[in-house]
Amino acid sequence: MNSPVADKPHLTEPAWVRRILIGIVLGFLGLFLFLPLTVVFVEAFRAGLGVWWAAVSDPVAWHAIRLSVTVTILCVVLNGLFGLCAAWAITRFRFVGKGFLISLIDLPFAVSPVISGLIFVLLFGAQGVMGDWLSDRDIQIIFALPGILLATLFVTFPFVARELIPLMEAQGTEEEEAARVLGASGWTIFRRITLPAIRWGLLYGCILCSARALGEFGAVSVVSGHIRGQTNTLPLHIEILYNEYQFAASFACASLLSLLALLTLVAKRFVEWRMNQHQSHLKTTP
Amino acid sequence: MHFRSHSVLPGFGPTLGITVLYLSLIVLIPLGALVLKTSELTWTVFWSTVTDPRVLASYRLSFGAAAIAALINAVFGVIVAWVLVRYRFPGKALIDALVDLPFALPTAVAGIALTALYAPNGWLGQLLTPLGIKVAYDWKGVVVALTFIGLPFVVRTVQPILEELGKDVEEAAVSLGANRWQTITRVILPELWPAILTGFALAFARAVGEYGSVVFISGNLPMKTEITPLLIITKLEQYEYAQATAIAVVMLVVSFILLLLINLLQHWISRRRA
Repeated sequence: MNSPVADKPHLTEPAWVRRILIGIVLGFLGLFLFLPLTVVFVEAFRAGLGVWWAAVSDPVAWHAIRLSVTVTILCVVLNGLFGLCAAWAITRFRFVGKGFLISLIDLPFAVSPVISGLIFVLLFGAQGVMGDWLSDRDIQIIFALPGILLATLFVTFPFVARELIPLMEAQGTEEEEAARVLGASGWTIFRRITLPAIRWGLLYGCILCSARALGEFGAVSVVSGHIRGQTNTLPLHIEILYNEYQFAASFACASLLSLLALLTLVAKRFVEWRMNQHQSHLKTTP
Repeated sequence: MHFRSHSVLPGFGPTLGITVLYLSLIVLIPLGALVLKTSELTWTVFWSTVTDPRVLASYRLSFGAAAIAALINAVFGVIVAWVLVRYRFPGKALIDALVDLPFALPTAVAGIALTALYAPNGWLGQLLTPLGIKVAYDWKGVVVALTFIGLPFVVRTVQPILEELGKDVEEAAVSLGANRWQTITRVILPELWPAILTGFALAFARAVGEYGSVVFISGNLPMKTEITPLLIITKLEQYEYAQATAIAVVMLVVSFILLLLINLLQHWISRRRA
């Protein structure tokens, strides 16, 4: 941790400047973070617990929750497996075009969520590149679960890989190479050496991925078709309720997602703390 | 020259194969569809679409509001990072964790929460309306939403640099007769510039494409409070695929240029730190 700067008066600001700066930070974060979070919970419970419960236990809301959770789990599993493969190939071998490959993995971060949805409509929609081929075979991708999944996969694509690549790069390959020379199989090396070393980083990437997947709105909005009880995810359900002036119900569902966001922050902090511990542990053991 | 150099570790073929295949299926081929659709447009159609007054107005709002929001975040983000690294006060750990809220909170939730705050009958709207300040359903509302979305970027890029910055340079500056203000502006700030710029660019890039948090608070009036991503969705809903594609391509090109700039900046930072 940082040494207390207050002990060295010539290396910090006068007390009144410090107080003003802390005041500015509390004001800014209070206005932009604390107030919006508070208003969600106040509006959600304003009409009473009964109204809140009715809104979140509504069958349509339940369907939206189940759809969101299904898509999130699939996203974390698929993008997690991809992240592991990509990180293994990129950090354990030297090959031509590696830098370019890393840039391509980052690409979805630069794409607007709306465009992330649009590209799948252009590919699989009725007027899309593969539209006729799909409709001949009666396969529905857009306005159905596959479209929602694809758009969410695109948006959350880099999360796990981005966490694992720098981590595995820093870890080096000495232990794995030693295990190989001693005759361990690739799978054993991965399971016994690599995975224990990267488990917190992997979990961290999965947390970020699931938070984004659960809350994705723009991309899903384009591909879902907003069919109530069928292709509505929880964020889309919140939008529909809001636009129908069912504010209490809308904020009730929003409070569920806000609670999950707060849990995400707690989990993220915990994993960051464990990762720091892990690293300082590695430094102290020769 | 070989495609890859020798390694004793196994699994290169399968892992690289899966990586490239999955990348192609989820990212490259779908983005290719956008290029394919664009190539079907003639230059005149493309040009008349992207220079339509309504489209230009949306670009002005999206890029303008994103720039203002990123600037607000650059200024306050540096102060937040400074206070979190250098000062000690009760509740600091909680505030540090809360900074990431915009990454964790779904954008639609942020959108309805900010609208509830700034609508004329909302908590803050009630106070602002008598003063003649209109935030919700106005371009200022777009700036508020984009500021929320981009808030963590500058804080999280500047914070680690500040933590690593040794006290010895400051000691040296002081012993050479610099006062606190000179030490900050001449010694500390120059070290932070690349990180501030990176954070600004990241916040800007995120804000330009943002949709969920903005559509509730902006009011979505064509020519006035209509952001580009919303215009793309509107065109799609009217089955104007070609126009939606053309508008998206312009946004995408700008985003990729931004991504390139961010990568160059980060390269510059890592070289300076090495």
